[in-house]
Amino acid sequence: MLTALSYDLAHLIGATVLMAGFALLYQRRLFAVLNTFSFQALALAAAAAWQAHIQHAPHLYFTAAIALVFKAMIVPFALHWLVERLGIHRTVETALSIGWTMIIGVALVALSILLVLPVTAHSAALTRESLALAMSVVLLGMLMMITRRNAVTQVVGFMALENGLILAAVSAKGMPLVVEISVAFSVLVAMTLFGIFFFRIRERFDSLDLNYIETFRGDR
Amino acid sequence: MNHHPLFAPILWQVLQIVLALATAPLVTGYVRWFKARLNGRRGPSPFQPYRDLYRLTQKEAVIAHSASWIFRAAPYVVFASAWLAACLIPTFTTNIFLAPAADMIALVALLAVGRFWLALAGMDVGTAFGGIGASREMLIASLAEPAMLMITFSLSLVSGTTQPAQIVAFVLGGNVGVEVSIGLALAAMIMVAIAENGRVPIDNPATHLELTMVHEAMVLEYSGRHLAMIEAAAMVKLTLYMALIACLFAPWGMAQPGAGPEGVLVGMGSFLGKLWMLATALALFETAIAKMRVFRYADFLGGALLLGLLATIFLYVSEAV
Repeated sequence: MLTALSYDLAHLIGATVLMAGFALLYQRRLFAVLNTFSFQALALAAAAAWQAHIQHAPHLYFTAAIALVFKAMIVPFALHWLVERLGIHRTVETALSIGWTMIIGVALVALSILLVLPVTAHSAALTRESLALAMSVVLLGMLMMITRRNAVTQVVGFMALENGLILAAVSAKGMPLVVEISVAFSVLVAMTLFGIFFFRIRERFDSLDLNYIETFRGDR
Repeated sequence: MNHHPLFAPILWQVLQIVLALATAPLVTGYVRWFKARLNGRRGPSPFQPYRDLYRLTQKEAVIAHSASWIFRAAPYVVFASAWLAACLIPTFTTNIFLAPAADMIALVALLAVGRFWLALAGMDVGTAFGGIGASREMLIASLAEPAMLMITFSLSLVSGTTQPAQIVAFVLGGNVGVEVSIGLALAAMIMVAIAENGRVPIDNPATHLELTMVHEAMVLEYSGRHLAMIEAAAMVKLTLYMALIACLFAPWGMAQPGAGPEGVLVGMGSFLGKLWMLATALALFETAIAKMRVFRYADFLGGALLLGLLATIFLYVSEAV
């Protein structure tokens, strides 16, 4: 049963995830970025749990637990440890000023709404708005990957993008659990790989600033 | 009991005019006292601002030779605009005489008048600090005002009116659920309120450090009764923003037209409770956070503007759905 309140609350939690996406773009300190990411994952877990409650889909509780344990705890802790271990410069270096990134972010939200609403004209109302939110989170994650120079923040952008995917998955009815588990584990594997890459990149260039790698591109 | 129909509105209006002025120093004093407590100091009593204002009114006002009439007139204009704005916002009842005149856009304009005069006064004497303060104040204003208007637009899109009293009636009528847009507008409103009142992280109200001050820099030349007026205006403005947040986003308990004295009493109690909660939250927030660099104001207030914009965008989503 979908009462107005449960519907509104689902949107509110979804919007919290989106706001955390904006907060990620706004942060200037690496640790603050990690904390914000952790908060986003927490909101995502809440969104999944709430969807499990209103859709009567117990397997979504499992998704919520995965989001809570892996994305809100393990991944931020691991990145935190990496940053300390590698002694990375802790300010976020941006390719574009923060103000402009935020403006582009709002434009992306508008874009995803314009895109999702006509496409899903025949779906249930709950799905439509949640899909618009999830799509915005995905686009903001991409924006973060594009506009940050440091490898760690790019990884956080990737993880935020993945948060958006999970948000879309939990709000669509009947998404099988297998898909979600495999996504969650692939993220964990990606996280491990990124960790190894961090070490390799730094060994080679003494920095995680990806501009140094650009000079190795062949087509210049 | 057979009064004129305008009797109650005028009575409550007069009460509100008095209340707005009477509670403002206490709110400021309470925030200062609670902050001092949180910092591990004993702090002056919450009633200290009353004594300060009294002391200032007793003192002679020193005026620079280069000051023009603008300098002398500004404190009164600033105070009058803040006080009038505070009278327009429904606090404990919406049944007040000026409620039909109270409009969110008019409110923004009234506050802009006060700010304009303060900036003029800052530049009038010709000291460097006044100029720097005025320039910073205008920077903040140019970003905070559009954000405030954006919040107004999203609220009036929800409720179909820009009058606070009718927004209250709309919300209390149970026409509004938990909306994403309203949450976003609330966040934006809090950011604007922090910036407009010169609280941490935008400006530190307790400092006289040259590099960071905004509000203090403009009023540095004032003394005596002029300073009392300006300080009182700042206090009224803080209470005004709290009342505005309480009125627009948490109007529960407020008396509606037609409510008897008991309803008004309940409204008064809930209003004071809301003020207390907001003041406590402000003190906690200010203790937990550090001041921001001047160059980051644009990001902070731009964030508020974008939140307001998002609130409006999401309204169209929920309407399309």
